[in-house]
Amino acid sequence: MKILVIEDEPSLLANIRESLEKEKFLIESASDFSSAQEKLFVYDYDCILLDIMLPGGSGLALLQELKNHGKSENVIIISAKDSLDDKLQGLELGADDYLCKPFHLAELTARVKAVLRRKKLEGKDSIQAANLTLDISQRLVHIDQNPLGLNRKEFDTLNYLLLNKNRLVSKTALAEHVWGDLADQSDNLDFVYYQIKNLRKKLHDAKASVEIESIYGIGYKLVEK
Amino acid sequence: MKLLNQTLWYVSISTLGIVSIWAVIFYFNMLQEIKSSIDEGLENSKRIIIQNAQEDSTILSKKYFDESFFTISSITRSEALSFHDTYQDTVIYMQDADDQAPEPEPVRLLTTAFEIDGKYYQLHVANSMVEEDDLIKELLWDVIWLYLVLLVSMIVIHNLVLKKLWKPFYQLLHQLKKFRLGKTKDLPHVSTQTKEFLDLQQAVNTLLQHSISTFEQQKEFIGNASHELQTPLAMLTGKLELLLEKESLQAEDAEKVSEIFQIIQRLIKLNKSLLLLSKIENKQFLDNQEVSINQACHQILEEFEEIAAVKQIEISLEELGEVKVSMDPNLAITVLSNLLKNAISHNQPRGRILIKIHPDRLIISNSGISQPLAEELIFHRFHKSESTASGTGLGLAIVKAICKLYSFEIEYRYAEDLHHFELRFF
Repeated sequence: MKILVIEDEPSLLANIRESLEKEKFLIESASDFSSAQEKLFVYDYDCILLDIMLPGGSGLALLQELKNHGKSENVIIISAKDSLDDKLQGLELGADDYLCKPFHLAELTARVKAVLRRKKLEGKDSIQAANLTLDISQRLVHIDQNPLGLNRKEFDTLNYLLLNKNRLVSKTALAEHVWGDLADQSDNLDFVYYQIKNLRKKLHDAKASVEIESIYGIGYKLVEK
Repeated sequence: MKLLNQTLWYVSISTLGIVSIWAVIFYFNMLQEIKSSIDEGLENSKRIIIQNAQEDSTILSKKYFDESFFTISSITRSEALSFHDTYQDTVIYMQDADDQAPEPEPVRLLTTAFEIDGKYYQLHVANSMVEEDDLIKELLWDVIWLYLVLLVSMIVIHNLVLKKLWKPFYQLLHQLKKFRLGKTKDLPHVSTQTKEFLDLQQAVNTLLQHSISTFEQQKEFIGNASHELQTPLAMLTGKLELLLEKESLQAEDAEKVSEIFQIIQRLIKLNKSLLLLSKIENKQFLDNQEVSINQACHQILEEFEEIAAVKQIEISLEELGEVKVSMDPNLAITVLSNLLKNAISHNQPRGRILIKIHPDRLIISNSGISQPLAEELIFHRFHKSESTASGTGLGLAIVKAICKLYSFEIEYRYAEDLHHFELRFF
């Protein structure tokens, strides 16, 4: 899987690269308009992370060019501008997703995987971890063929942790992903802990061979036993 | 006191002074003129009398003022030679048609001497004079009338002319009174040729433009500053997340890093809130749709289910009507969730929250500290009650800003041990 990261901030680029490389993706990068343009039209990428504000031009102009070549469907826009106009324009130009800075790396991983899934895996899209199978489109979880009953938020939590398997998912990232922007503004993230506690119990009772580990009280990590 | 009345007051007072002084001078001039005119007449009479006396010597023995106003008496030569003509004011008893008895009347008296056939005579010629008190009385009335006529004309002229002249000024003033920074688009403008008003208009507009640009800059600053903070905050979060994943990280250090991580998250929250507030105030939400407040409430209640459950807060929703408003759906969610979040975080464990939807308003009531909050402060930015120091202090400020954007009314009151937030949509 080859991913192009178009981002002019070296430090942010390094974070994205390090995080995505942990997921075994092949990362290439461009940090200005012209080099991005060059790479985009010479090589093919499975996913493109595109910053809108670039030295030398707008990321939206790049997107327009990609659209003209029918290559814009696997683009995730990364922008510091949480502007509805940009978002709409970006999505109209065929971008797959729009991610606002500051974002959690776990969220980026989840979004990248979602794009890849939509692009590559038609029909059957499920995540497998040990004896656990999570069917994304059917929203079903099976443990050794036995269905596991989860509510919407439990499913989303498990899905998110599975997408970031073996990686740290902070409570804030999880809250933001599952409960939306509003809940992440909540002063107290104790509710995430209760949610995880319930999920752990359900997984344990169903004899799943996965475990949700707590990491320094700041987040969680899903690992196979 | 209005400018018009003040001008009128000062002009009236000074006119009164001028007219009075003028009346006094006029009176003395008049008197002088009358006297000199009478004196000329007396002089003339004197000549005629002397002429007549030369032809008719009987006149020389005329001792009393009777039908003709003169007396003649003989004097010695030496007296006559040292004689000078004198004019003086004196009084003679006279009786006219409307007098019962002779009355003293002011007269002008010429005393002179003449010589006929070597004999010397003294001559008194009198002529009736104006009565000074009558003259003063007449003059006083004239002056009063003059003053009144002047006053009335001044009032009329002032009202017509000054009002017309000052019209551009009052127009400018009116426009300035209605001017609101950030709301009024056009600068005050009046069409006038008067230099002073043109200068005033220019000075005012320069000042206003300065205020407008300061206001805009200030408004933009928060937006730009929080916007510029997004990228560094993204880098920081990412770095810490990667650091926390490091196998080599010691548990002790990890504690510190996670503390920093949490602080950064708080900073991000604060920054997001500021950005949101700035966007609301800059009217960057214009995607107005028909939003069902009831539906939005259901959605939020589901989102907040676990959050409320942690504090074991019981939430009940009572729908007495369906509210549909035209607004940005995201902002509808923001208003309601901020109010609900506020009701949860300021609640006590095992507390309760009541949401009532009326056809025109929504009331969120929550238990909490048993004393009313400072109504005038709670909607201010960064106002925090001591109990929850962890919030951003912007939640209710955002609610207020959204209400202002859509002309909703939000009101707080404390009654029956509950804190009520009432949101009126219409």
